[in-house]
Amino acid sequence: MANLKELAQREAKFTAGHRACAGCLPAVALRQVTLSVNYPCVVGFATGCMEVVSTIFPYTAWTVPFIHVAFENVAAVMSGVESAYKTLKRKGKVNDDIKIIAFAGDGGTYDIGFQALSGMVERGHDILYICYNNEAYMNTGIQRSSATPFGAQTSTTPAGSVEFGKKQFPKDLTQIMAAHNIPYVAQASVHNWKDLNMKIEKALNIKGPKFINILAPCTLGWRYPAEKGIEIAKLAVETCVWPLYEVENGNYKINYKPREKKPVVEWLKSQGRFSHLFKPENQHLIEEIQKEVDRRWTHLLELASS
Amino acid sequence: MKIMALTGNEAAAEAMRQINPDVVAAYPITPQTELMHKFAEFVADGLVDTEMVLVESEHSALSATVGASAAGARAMTATSAQGLALMWEILYIAAGLRLPIVMPVINRALSAPINIHGDHSDTMGARDSGWIQIFSENSQEVYDNTIIAIRIAEHPDILLPVMITMDGFIISHTMERVEVLDDDVVKSFIGEYNPSYKLLDIKNPITVGPLDLQDYYFEHKRAQAEAMENAYKLIKEIDEEYSKISGRRYKYVEPYEIDDAEIVLISLGSTAGTIKEVIDELRLKGMKVGGLKIRVYRPFPREEIKEFLSNALVVGVMDRSIAFGATCGPVCLDIKATLQGTKLSNLPIVDYIYGLGGRDITPRDIEKIFGELERIKILGEVPNLPRYIGVRGEEDYPEIRSKFKIKN
Repeated sequence: MANLKELAQREAKFTAGHRACAGCLPAVALRQVTLSVNYPCVVGFATGCMEVVSTIFPYTAWTVPFIHVAFENVAAVMSGVESAYKTLKRKGKVNDDIKIIAFAGDGGTYDIGFQALSGMVERGHDILYICYNNEAYMNTGIQRSSATPFGAQTSTTPAGSVEFGKKQFPKDLTQIMAAHNIPYVAQASVHNWKDLNMKIEKALNIKGPKFINILAPCTLGWRYPAEKGIEIAKLAVETCVWPLYEVENGNYKINYKPREKKPVVEWLKSQGRFSHLFKPENQHLIEEIQKEVDRRWTHLLELASS
Repeated sequence: MKIMALTGNEAAAEAMRQINPDVVAAYPITPQTELMHKFAEFVADGLVDTEMVLVESEHSALSATVGASAAGARAMTATSAQGLALMWEILYIAAGLRLPIVMPVINRALSAPINIHGDHSDTMGARDSGWIQIFSENSQEVYDNTIIAIRIAEHPDILLPVMITMDGFIISHTMERVEVLDDDVVKSFIGEYNPSYKLLDIKNPITVGPLDLQDYYFEHKRAQAEAMENAYKLIKEIDEEYSKISGRRYKYVEPYEIDDAEIVLISLGSTAGTIKEVIDELRLKGMKVGGLKIRVYRPFPREEIKEFLSNALVVGVMDRSIAFGATCGPVCLDIKATLQGTKLSNLPIVDYIYGLGGRDITPRDIEKIFGELERIKILGEVPNLPRYIGVRGEEDYPEIRSKFKIKN
């Protein structure tokens, strides 16, 4: 595993000068992931914030080969890149050992890109797929996705006089990917670079499809001061809203168990998107959220202990 | 060279075996299925080096093909109807990224109502997507056009994707005599694929598909339009080269008995063959009729059309799809636009919409069309809306086809 000094000294694949917002944590996640990739690589992106801010023609923030095609198909596009790599390598037209990496936000992964992702892993392509999850469609103006938490306000689930925000709990995509029985699935958070670095390095040494879901807060969408993002990501893990864990060949391993699990209310009050939940008439919603977080955490503990 | 009995699908598969693409993505849809069954057998028997990607949708089939092509591979896929419709978004992207993908499309009607048989609704809808479109009359042309298309797509001054079309079932499932070239002849004709830019060239990293706003998008689209113009100029050179290895000399449009023809019927695909039969019969009866088959539909062969229609007195256009709400079908629109402003702009042109959902077009239908065109030639009265051929209940529609008389 690389230490912080080594990581900092590596040549950047995703360089400074991109146009992400101040305090953008998906951009930090990208930097952490790409610095952890100590191999030649080709990266593919679904349409989304990170694609938009890193490639405005005639500029590019990428020093490695990069492709963006559309919103829902990065898994299919990279399946094609990987298949080309296999043939051209076999024919001796490509000699380098190249890692193929796909990136997409939660919209491009949980929702519109889900079919292509499921197909890609079922076919067994040797690709690392990274979801940078900021829990809504931030690029188009903060609309709800199936990764958006229960109760959160978004542009399409505003809190009003009769509505309280999103009415559904988020799809548990990491579990769905584990159910594909692929060699490696993990959840990570942008606040824990060491854990993330370990997971990227491990994944890249495994042949076959790998999926890593990284929680990456969005200052605009979640409504918190730009400098608070890392703390908020950490809170998601301390409250067990976003557990850090791996599923390696079907075996669950929780990478971090908080000594004292913090109440979910601490996570909720850190962000403006949940502010309406603190009205007296919405108190029961916070209880519901706590119940669901506890249920999912207990289930994960069971999976990891069996 | 050898003679084989091949369906249209098998002819495309045989061409693909000889092309030996690096990557082929496939998703099943009738009537394209047989093509990929055949090709999968070639893969299973080790007759090709292809990595086959059996994707979960046509959207992903073209997406994987785009990824493979951008990576530096020779990449192909094939589809029909709904599959092409599902690819729509990526059709424009493949063309906009200037990726030389070759894709056989087995023409089939679009839903609703659902129907699996041949008409041109699918590819006509994609005529402005930036793909070169080449129509094939029979299995031999499917085979030849597929091989020629590789050279067209990959020409450095073109770099555009190409659709090779054939009429669903009528050609795709009909066995015909096909002359197949030797493998090494095809191999040397298409050459090695070595694109200038490829993702897998890690020493020369490129960014493919960046955001492109008001300041550059338009220049890129303008350059793409120019690539289509280049294709219009250059396809004939590639056809000429192909004639040297095959003895078959293809043109953008193929005239039939046109030199002294007063009545010319224009068509695409398998119907052109039926029209030739009828022309032979009518010529024996002394009628001065001729045919014009459009092979290269995009880029549209405007100069050739003008040249071959220069002696015509009346023209019929066979459209196997409807452009709903337009004044006529897509092929007729192109013909009218081509003649506008020339000395032929007053030429009477009648649009015939026919054969939707695989409805047969018979020699008798064609004969009737020539008969009607003969009357129009004499009387000068031209219907200004499309005529529908071979459809029940046509006489029940209100008479809205007001006629106008051609001056002079």
